[in-house]
Amino acid sequence: MSTERLPLRVWLLMLPLLIVMLTVIGWPLIDTIRLSFSDARLVGTGGHFVGLHNFTKMLSNSYFHSAFFTTLKFSLWSVTLELVIGVLVALLLNQKFHGRTLLRALLILPWALPTVVNATLWRLIYNPEYGALNAALTQLGFLDSYRSWLGEPGTALTALIVADVWKNFPLVALIALAALQAIPNDIRAAAISDGANVWRRFRHVTLPYLLGPLMVALVLRTIEAFKVFDLIWIMTRGGPANSTRSLSILVYQEAFAFQRAGSGASLALMITLMITVLAVAYLFIMRRLAGEGR
Amino acid sequence: MKFVLHAPLLAATALLGVTVTAAQAETTLNALFMAQAAYSEDDIRSMTSAYEAAHPDVKVNLEFVPYEGLHDKTVLSMGAGGGYDVVLFDVIWPAEYAQNNVLLDVSDRITNEMKSGVLPGAWTTVTYENKNYGMPWILDTKYLFYNKAMLKKAGISTPPATWAELKADAQKIKDAGIVKYPIAWSWSQAEAAVCDYTTLLSAYGGDFIKDGKPDFQNGGGLEALKYMVDSYNDGLTNPNSKEFLEEDVRNVFQNGDAAFALNWTYMYNLANDPKDSKVAGDVGVVPAPGVEGISDASAVNGSMGLGITTTSKHPDAAWDYITYMTSQKVQNAYSKLSLPIWKSSYTDPEVTKGQEELIAAAQTGLAVMYPRPMTPHYQEMSMALQQGIQEALLGTASPKDALQEAADNSGL
Repeated sequence: MSTERLPLRVWLLMLPLLIVMLTVIGWPLIDTIRLSFSDARLVGTGGHFVGLHNFTKMLSNSYFHSAFFTTLKFSLWSVTLELVIGVLVALLLNQKFHGRTLLRALLILPWALPTVVNATLWRLIYNPEYGALNAALTQLGFLDSYRSWLGEPGTALTALIVADVWKNFPLVALIALAALQAIPNDIRAAAISDGANVWRRFRHVTLPYLLGPLMVALVLRTIEAFKVFDLIWIMTRGGPANSTRSLSILVYQEAFAFQRAGSGASLALMITLMITVLAVAYLFIMRRLAGEGR
Repeated sequence: MKFVLHAPLLAATALLGVTVTAAQAETTLNALFMAQAAYSEDDIRSMTSAYEAAHPDVKVNLEFVPYEGLHDKTVLSMGAGGGYDVVLFDVIWPAEYAQNNVLLDVSDRITNEMKSGVLPGAWTTVTYENKNYGMPWILDTKYLFYNKAMLKKAGISTPPATWAELKADAQKIKDAGIVKYPIAWSWSQAEAAVCDYTTLLSAYGGDFIKDGKPDFQNGGGLEALKYMVDSYNDGLTNPNSKEFLEEDVRNVFQNGDAAFALNWTYMYNLANDPKDSKVAGDVGVVPAPGVEGISDASAVNGSMGLGITTTSKHPDAAWDYITYMTSQKVQNAYSKLSLPIWKSSYTDPEVTKGQEELIAAAQTGLAVMYPRPMTPHYQEMSMALQQGIQEALLGTASPKDALQEAADNSGL
């Protein structure tokens, strides 16, 4: 079946879906590519062909550079923290203890919240005048006076990363937990009877089972983090002084606030390209891992 | 428990109500408003229900977004082929909207009665290159609010009339330990920061644009930002102002954590409401101050208008609804959060009663309202300026350099 050509009947059955996919995914993509080579405005005329001008303009723009590094920093930190915390929590929830089911159920809660709600919640927590974080830290003696977490470039991005990690580590934890439950108990028992300590058991028994599913989580989370928009838009709108402006926010401003659909499209394409490169790299690593076998 | 039982019932009644009106309605208008400052969502809903009651053949669908989403939502819907018939627009957008054909030119629909009855300053809100793109609706500027009790405690008998006096008074209040940071502003990276900056720029006699080129980096424009930075560095301004929007300013002020605040009309009656505010009864309002030898008072034109989109299929019905919403009768009846556009309202007891102080401040303030530049590139200029203001506040650039950079990136 796998190497044979698909019979016509199969193609016919898939045709409706293919048409739908082509119109809702293919057409906008093609139109975005067309736009990216034009000076079209959001409202009004279709614009003229300007060649690579939009791309060269963006690539040489300092706004683009700083947004790129902001996005990179955000993605690296939040995905790393989500993976580490996610795995640790999954290991904990895989132990047998009283109230485990309740904790497992609670775990889904942050992830089930819409990002908009999450962002609003964290904005309240970080509120410089009446926020819970300031109150907690001053009462515990860690802070002398209230701080403006989202108003200083030094802390604003960190504050955003924390909010993102809180919302998204449960996804990693859930995936990891599912993988952990697939590990046969006799392997673990064998390792224990062979005298392997906790670290060696994790490294040689648990981790190989976790790697595949974790790669999936990594790919999903990296792509999502790289596209981050709503969280930042609600919490800082890219401020203070544009220190938290991500690439997606730049696209939004370019295309919708400034109405330059052409250069907005070129930016969007570049982000898509970056994400594709990341995804392909991950797939490559996954293949390698699978090829090595367990 | 009672609520739980009644909720589905209420919902069912509401649904029923909607279907009944929908069945009768021949024309449906979609209108986009904002839920932030000026008229409250409740006000707009009740004005609209009264209109629907008087026009059973018209149904108005209301949609509310925060100010920050108003422009983009309007433009986006136009890009997607329309959807709204009536949109609320800010004074800074007509140039861009005219260039992109977003709003209908309604110059011919405006009657002589409207022309003579509405304050001249209000008309600037909807006019670009001698064409009217709607009716002014919210006539608003930023006033200086002060806490009477705090001023009295610090031995200050009259509210400041110049920006220098404001600084001196704030210092007195700070020194007396009455409040840690006496002044609250909305300097978040948003249009609100540009409104505060414009107020100061107008006081210092600055210009945004001169001979087609940005000029805010010189003279009065530079003085304005220097004032902001100085008051910030001296600890007279609440440092959290750089993440505040208008509602944050209101919260701080009505919680008794600020002696002075710059904010729109709507704060006056809300901060004086004992249900919500700890400082009710102590709220004073004056026009934003001036600068000795240059100006007696300062004000930013923060007005907004209602317009008909070019994609509307019911421009006549839309205009009828707009005329109703902007009518003197309706505006007088809802004058607690936003003041009318009509001249004679300012002497009408229905409007002035209980808010004489606000009316007095409005009569000075509205007369000196300073416009933000009318340019199709406004959004770009504003964002460059927002970044410049914040860089100067954070100390990463001097006011001079920050404004120069903003001017270079303004797209002008």
